[in-house]
Amino acid sequence: MADLVLLFFLIVCAVAAVVQKELLNSVIILSIYSLIMAVVWVRLGAVDVAITEAAVGAGISTVLFIAVLTRVKRREELTRIRLQILPLIVVLAVGLTLIYGTLDMPDFGSPAAVTNTHVVPRYLEKGVEETGTDNYVAGILASYRGYDTLGETTVIFTAGLCVVLLLRSNKKRL
Amino acid sequence: MFEFTILVIVISAFLTLYRMVKGPTIYDRILTANIIGTKTVVVIVLAGFVFKSPQFFIDIALVYVLINFILVLAFLKYVEKGRLD
Repeated sequence: MADLVLLFFLIVCAVAAVVQKELLNSVIILSIYSLIMAVVWVRLGAVDVAITEAAVGAGISTVLFIAVLTRVKRREELTRIRLQILPLIVVLAVGLTLIYGTLDMPDFGSPAAVTNTHVVPRYLEKGVEETGTDNYVAGILASYRGYDTLGETTVIFTAGLCVVLLLRSNKKRL
Repeated sequence: MFEFTILVIVISAFLTLYRMVKGPTIYDRILTANIIGTKTVVVIVLAGFVFKSPQFFIDIALVYVLINFILVLAFLKYVEKGRLD
């Protein structure tokens, strides 16, 4: 029941963020959206995703949006809204295809799902002796998927460097 | 019992959406973000008790409080000064 209210909350926030003409209002509403989304992740039991959503979605990206707002005009240009048939049909078709694709997925938390039967039992059996850590998640991330984690870290490091370089060059020009 | 409490708090947070959509000034919307932040911190801790492992969830709640604080500070600083630095 509370989950339904939360999901309805998300829909209202998304629509309100699009409808608002003042961009700062849209940014505030988007941050509220991310805060609610973090609660949805918590309700699903995905604690680490919730921390990431709260830190990145609500925190950093909102501050970045505000930093952009300091450089641009605060109001959206008034445009005449008219109904465009072809994009509407394309969007509806893609949405229905995605919903149709989810019909084959296993039930939420089902023990027969592929993610619970394929490699996870082996990790749980051999994980401690093969990786030497008591924490399965750390063992899988740092040992079994070590190269994957290395690649992700490289990507994040590069992105951080790019942000630092962009901000520095901006400051010098002003 | 925890589920019912979560439901009541989520509905009470939902009511503040009126000020978010209607809210004549920018401060109403900032206050909405702040109120929803404080409400959802309580929801996260309660969800921790529903899942019977409150210690992890209290950590998230702390992260959440800090981020909400930074958010409100950033909004207010931008509204007052028009820039962030």
